[in-house]
Amino acid sequence: MAPITMNHITKVYGDGYPAVNDVSLEIADGEFMILVGPSGCGKSTLLRMIVGLEDISSGDMLIGGERVNEKAPRDRNLSMVFQNYALYPHLTVYENIAFPLRLKGVSDDEIKRRVEEAATTLELTEHLQRKPSQLSGGQRQRVAMGRAIVRQASAFLFDEPLSNLDAKLRGQMRTEILRLQRRLDTTTVYVTHDQTEAMTLGDRVAVMRKGVLQQVASPRELYEQPLNLFVAGFIGSPPMNFLPAAIEDNQVKLPFLSYPLPREVAAQIGDSDLLIAGIRPEHFADSSLVDEHKRDRGTTFEVKVDVTEWLGSQQYAYVPFEAPEEINRHLAELQQELDGEQMRTQMIVSLDPASRIRDGAKAELWLDPSRVHLFDPRTGKNLTRDAKAEAPAATATSSASGSASSAPAPAPASSSAAASSTAPASSAAAPAPASAPASGSAGSAEPPAPDGSLRPT
Amino acid sequence: MTVTAPERETVVAPATAPSYGMSERTRKERRLGWKLTAPAVILMLAVTGYPMVNALYLSLFSYRLTDPSGRKFVGLANYGVVLRDSLWWQDVVTTVIITVVTVAIELVIGFIFAMVMNKIIFGRRTVRTAILLPYGIITVVSAFAWKYAFALDSGFVSNWLGWLVGKNYNWFGHRGSALLVICLEEIWKTTPFISLLLLAGLSQVPEVLQEAAKVDGATFMQRLWKVTIPNMKAAIMVAVLFRALDAWRIFESIFIMTAGAQKTESLSFLTYRQSITRVALGIGSAVSVLLFVTMVIIAAIFLKGFKVDLGTVKGERR
Repeated sequence: MAPITMNHITKVYGDGYPAVNDVSLEIADGEFMILVGPSGCGKSTLLRMIVGLEDISSGDMLIGGERVNEKAPRDRNLSMVFQNYALYPHLTVYENIAFPLRLKGVSDDEIKRRVEEAATTLELTEHLQRKPSQLSGGQRQRVAMGRAIVRQASAFLFDEPLSNLDAKLRGQMRTEILRLQRRLDTTTVYVTHDQTEAMTLGDRVAVMRKGVLQQVASPRELYEQPLNLFVAGFIGSPPMNFLPAAIEDNQVKLPFLSYPLPREVAAQIGDSDLLIAGIRPEHFADSSLVDEHKRDRGTTFEVKVDVTEWLGSQQYAYVPFEAPEEINRHLAELQQELDGEQMRTQMIVSLDPASRIRDGAKAELWLDPSRVHLFDPRTGKNLTRDAKAEAPAATATSSASGSASSAPAPAPASSSAAASSTAPASSAAAPAPASAPASGSAGSAEPPAPDGSLRPT
Repeated sequence: MTVTAPERETVVAPATAPSYGMSERTRKERRLGWKLTAPAVILMLAVTGYPMVNALYLSLFSYRLTDPSGRKFVGLANYGVVLRDSLWWQDVVTTVIITVVTVAIELVIGFIFAMVMNKIIFGRRTVRTAILLPYGIITVVSAFAWKYAFALDSGFVSNWLGWLVGKNYNWFGHRGSALLVICLEEIWKTTPFISLLLLAGLSQVPEVLQEAAKVDGATFMQRLWKVTIPNMKAAIMVAVLFRALDAWRIFESIFIMTAGAQKTESLSFLTYRQSITRVALGIGSAVSVLLFVTMVIIAAIFLKGFKVDLGTVKGERR
């Protein structure tokens, strides 16, 4: 068990391309850190540099305060779960789990005790004498975890461990991994491209883009106060809507509505008159279902709904809109980076399933403008990011702007946040959204805040 | 139809119709398979099967080509003559020595070569070509090259190793040194073959297993013995089997370098001498049949004893 510190870690390949570019990250002892980003963002490379399978071009990697740059993987005392599990096909499950102990020359009795303990934890006891080829995907995954936990490693590293499982099993194993990590309280670095895993598992989440660290924060902060357009677009499903926002006469003009330009934004934008507005789908509501006391905080406007999708617990409505060429270009680029494809400019609105809005109909929607984020299209920087809204403990990032690497301040308080997160979360509103008046659990039309139930921000 | 009717009753009713349709198709496919392979099978029987049966037949006769009229059926007497003769057993020993020594050394060197070819990044083609080159040389040519290198008159090796064995050491004048040169030539020539087979096996061991073992704390040697070799065991056994059978039939090198002198005669060479030099077709056929039997025994030991699955070389592992 040890903290992991990365100072200006860079990985440059032979062709000069920096796969990981000046990443500084402090992972506290016992913390569950997620590395997330679209494919090719360097998250796996970073993980492989921690474990020692990839050379570090420059920068310092410290594990437990000791520099490990020149150390071979076997001297770093880390354990890793690979995407395809990398089980030894010629060994039984028992011997697979025992493998790291056998290498260290642990006595047979001790091996038996520890393997059986790990097998009990992971419910593998009845499969111990089978070969990996006779196991199902989920069982293999558990064997790989067994091999990781059987020795007292300084940290666990997971490289997209659930991506080869089907959706249902993935959900179960995700909970298992979380439970295991909480129980063992071992520093964990977990690479994934799946944002559900990122949001649910991590004490903190590090979002990467093209080798550069974008933002390191708690899942809630990433969701509610993204640092830039990329993070805003990456975190959240369905994703945040990006609309063109024209600035005229101190008014923000969106395709369907306009509202007064917030003062702190006006101070930042200079003479630019076109911004990108980011609105989460669930921040819209069917105006007929909005509580009276809430209605006054927002504005209502009318749109033409193209298609609706009713999912039982939720309902999505798609509203097409026109956007200027410049904004379209930015959004198409962003979509490409996010592994997506810009098909058409449309807005996704998450509605209460009770809503009667149907395909092709005119609908009156409600929106609280204070929940709208405004981004500078050139830098991608979030102009409405409310630094005060963050819980002080979660402030891990410096105020670096979008394209620059944001060096996270090693916040000692964050580890205490991590520790306290194991405690049952109270239903009291976290300090984070306090300055955003429309948030809170009171509004019945509001969908539940993401990740609100597990840990305070 | 009347024939198939009772058959259909014995099968479970609902499954009858489709399974009947399938089996008809399968049967047709199988018939087509036989038709397609028939030319090859007939050819094999003509060129391999017939000589083998003929050798078996001839081995039952006392028969020399110099005295065709004296041909006489003697039953298994020829086998008794061969097996009671110390020359046969001496040649068995010689062949065993050559096979064991060459296969063992080739396996080690071949494995090192395979690892080099597997890992190398710069100059990959050059290194691979250099390693494989000897295998492309005709055995007779390489045997002559080695003979000239070690011969008393033209050889330079004695000159080089003069400090060790004396300037005028006759390499082909003693059993040990002659066998040494023969083995060296065999090793030089056929190591590329074994390293190719091992390379195929090596490339089947996923790289991620090496990475997992590194993280688990394995040193290079531990990874080699606990991960790499167990996972390519099948390829190793196949390589050893092929090479052992190959070495067991050694002929050209001995023919050219010593012509069987200094007790360097192998079983193949004995067969040659009986059948061709002495034109004793009966005894010669008996020796060749015995040689065949020894090879079958070696193959059987490998396939049954070590459970070598030939399918694994082709990547048909589950």
